[in-house]
Amino acid sequence: MSRLGNIGARLYRGEVGYDFVGKRKFWYGISILITITAALGLAIQGLNFGIEFKGGAVFTTPKTSVSVAHVQEAAERVSGHDAIVQKLGNGGLRIQVSGLDTKKANAVKTDLAAGLNVPEQEINADLVGPSWGEQIANKAWTGLGIFMVLVVIYLAIAFEWRMAIAALIALVHDLTITVGVYALVGFEVTPGTVIGLLTILGYSLYDTVVVFDSLKESSKDITKQTRWTYSEVANRSINATLVRSINTTAVALMPVAGLLFIGGGFLGAGMLNDISLSLFVGLAAGAYSSIFIATPLVADLKELDPQMKALKKRVLAKRAAADAKGEPETGFAAEDAESLDMEHEDVAAVVGQRRSGARGRGKRR
Amino acid sequence: MAAPKKGRGPAARAQGKPGRALALILIVMVALVGGMFWSGSLSPRLGIDLAGGTSITLSAENEPGKPNAINKTNMDTAVSIIERRVNGMGVSEAEVQQQGDRNIIVNIPKATDSEQARKQVGTTAQLYFRPVLTVAGAAPLPQQPAAKGSPSASPSGKSSAKPSSSPTTQGRAVTEGLEKAPSPTATATAAASDKPKTPESPKPSASGDAAAAAALDKQFAALDCTPGKNRSNPAQHAKPTEPTVACSSEGDAKYILGPAEVEGTDVDGAKAVLDPQRGMWIVTMDFTDKGSKKFQTITGRLSQQPEPQNQFAIVLDGEVVSAPRVNQALGGSAEISGNFTQESATELANILSYGALPLTFHESSVTSVTAALGGEQLQAGLIAGAIGIALVVIYLVVYYRGLSLIAILSLMVSAVLTYSLMSLLGPAIGFALNLPAVCGAIVAIGITADSFIVYFERIRDEIRDGRTLRPAVERAWPRARRTILVSDFVSFLAAAVLFVVTVGKVQGFAFTLGLTTLLDVVVVFLFTKPVMTLLARTKFFGNGHPWSGLDPKRLGAKPPLRRTRRVSATIDPKEA
Repeated sequence: MSRLGNIGARLYRGEVGYDFVGKRKFWYGISILITITAALGLAIQGLNFGIEFKGGAVFTTPKTSVSVAHVQEAAERVSGHDAIVQKLGNGGLRIQVSGLDTKKANAVKTDLAAGLNVPEQEINADLVGPSWGEQIANKAWTGLGIFMVLVVIYLAIAFEWRMAIAALIALVHDLTITVGVYALVGFEVTPGTVIGLLTILGYSLYDTVVVFDSLKESSKDITKQTRWTYSEVANRSINATLVRSINTTAVALMPVAGLLFIGGGFLGAGMLNDISLSLFVGLAAGAYSSIFIATPLVADLKELDPQMKALKKRVLAKRAAADAKGEPETGFAAEDAESLDMEHEDVAAVVGQRRSGARGRGKRR
Repeated sequence: MAAPKKGRGPAARAQGKPGRALALILIVMVALVGGMFWSGSLSPRLGIDLAGGTSITLSAENEPGKPNAINKTNMDTAVSIIERRVNGMGVSEAEVQQQGDRNIIVNIPKATDSEQARKQVGTTAQLYFRPVLTVAGAAPLPQQPAAKGSPSASPSGKSSAKPSSSPTTQGRAVTEGLEKAPSPTATATAAASDKPKTPESPKPSASGDAAAAAALDKQFAALDCTPGKNRSNPAQHAKPTEPTVACSSEGDAKYILGPAEVEGTDVDGAKAVLDPQRGMWIVTMDFTDKGSKKFQTITGRLSQQPEPQNQFAIVLDGEVVSAPRVNQALGGSAEISGNFTQESATELANILSYGALPLTFHESSVTSVTAALGGEQLQAGLIAGAIGIALVVIYLVVYYRGLSLIAILSLMVSAVLTYSLMSLLGPAIGFALNLPAVCGAIVAIGITADSFIVYFERIRDEIRDGRTLRPAVERAWPRARRTILVSDFVSFLAAAVLFVVTVGKVQGFAFTLGLTTLLDVVVVFLFTKPVMTLLARTKFFGNGHPWSGLDPKRLGAKPPLRRTRRVSATIDPKEA
């Protein structure tokens, strides 16, 4: 534990660290790749919508000894529609019949009760008209839109517009990844999924806001010094809050994992599972994007600012001068020369470290 | 939710005085828990999906030609009509709520005859204008003789065959007799004079009619309209072409009514207006072309009749909502005056103008859950929550050691507040804990723990900068506070938008999430911070005991030098 504490201390001081901002092009690339994969998955596979969106019925029966295959055949014969039958943890069955409208569903329920030899009142029926899921989804989209506008306004006021934009891009990125995972893996999309997806909104931003808060603080008087560029300060902020980000994500994931593996597993597919699955995927994506995407984007946007450009020039000039005077290290000189070019901002990897040779092997988390 | 807000202001000011903040949160907790016991709501009200029951979601449909039909007024009217219907079935605790701008949720707990409920809720309400034949008090008639007189009611039976014909004098006499049934003389005469007539009935069908009429009178005599009883609506299933018995919607009177002569669809519109001359609320109504002819006929005839047959009853779903007297023949428009308040006039106008349900609804989802499965799901949710909390606690203990004590205490305070608020909100605003809400509460464990982590890491950073604990705790606070507020605000914003915009199950989730986010702020400000301040004074934490989680050595604290020069070769190579 002390070791972990030490790493925290050194991350805080910038003694160790990973060059998130410097290597951002690599991570952007990864994210673009994931996004394209997600989009392709969505285009080719499409989403596997649950009956809430297609209309249909889900029946849950009490413990029964009738075989799954038998029930499926019976359910399809009775309803004239496709049926999916799953065995639940408690010995009951979950029978999902798509395309069944709410009016006919009752007859099917009665038949099922007779076939399974259980009293009809003990069968739970969840009957959904085809427009219900659509309505929920439409509301969800509206909510998403309103939330994004409000959050951009809020972040622009609390921080600045660049951070607001970066946070928004990171948010869209998280949602894309989550939806992409659903398309690729073929998880069922239910209203529970939509709930989970919408919750990611708040969560994805939580970590991002923590990093931004630290960045805002450490870049307060940035133009008054010539030691570091904005990107370097940004990277430092990520590293300084890394322990916090990892901890908050881990702590957030734990209850969700509990829901997903125990709560959901106990009952088979269900609301608990749907919400926690999309939360789980979204939280992981949110933690990734706040570190690898959001903050580097802010740095990129910020470096476009003339003030920051000027600062960068001063910082690099000073470094070059110091190197010329002192013991110029080959590696550093080369890096320095390169970084004078405005297009390439691959300056010293770890902030606060003059001897870049030693810094290169910053610790990955 | 009022309590938390109250507390926030003083908390910020009471930074240096931890005792005050702690006292405040203690008072709040005692008040909430006390309120829980006082109001007797010791546990949160469970939603249908956890307690078992039937939940029906009705969605209003857009109809061609009525682009703006789905509005607040119409939805309110629909909700009240459906509510009347569902509770008319004698189903207790059924609740009808509007959700979103076009949905009505009907929750019928404990799976009480969900079949009947669905039928009742799903069918369109019916509105008829029927002539009044007899009026009586709400209670069942104590004696049977009245029923014996009933065969003479055949005229009313006849009128069912010919709806437009007015009741005969004979019929009137009998019904009047019925009305005075308790008085022995009137009953006797009625019974005596009528009895022999039955077999002599001229028409072949008369015996059938007579039998029906007899049944009707028997029904009328036995009818109990007293409110509070499970009164059925006998007229609900009656054919519009046949006479029927009915209760008033207030339950203070019962009626025998003739066949329907004007239907709800004949009404073009109705309005509640304040009559400036008389200074009273009246309801005006307009009829369609067809309706005005019918209405003219009925009013023309009724105005000639003595009491009580000069009334027509406005019957909604088998209940008489109003039985105005007719003074003259009326044409295409009419007004109803009486002891209306603005509210009652508006209600009647709504009922009249929308015929029945002002909108067409379709069932968009029906969920019936047995209590067994609901209980199982609740159990699974609770197990998941317990495991989630256990994992978080283990993580906190391993990582933060002594500090985790503060975190765990704070989580407990948070749990008490959440539980008591949820219990109290059940009766207060109809909050029901459903499965998504349980999910929200579990997910919120993470949010709450996040705040502690932000604060603890801040304190550790301060210690790393070489500060001793007490100044570190105070210096870390303003910065941690800002971070917590900003990120909690974002979470709350997400929850609030979700709650306002979405429908159905999403709302329960959003509500819980928003509530717990608010509580998180309260707990961190009023509990975590003050407790931290107090504990910083103890030897165990203040001196950075190895198990306190604040050991400067373990945290890698350095003498307070300028940050930039702190890069030392001593630690670095080891790590690299």
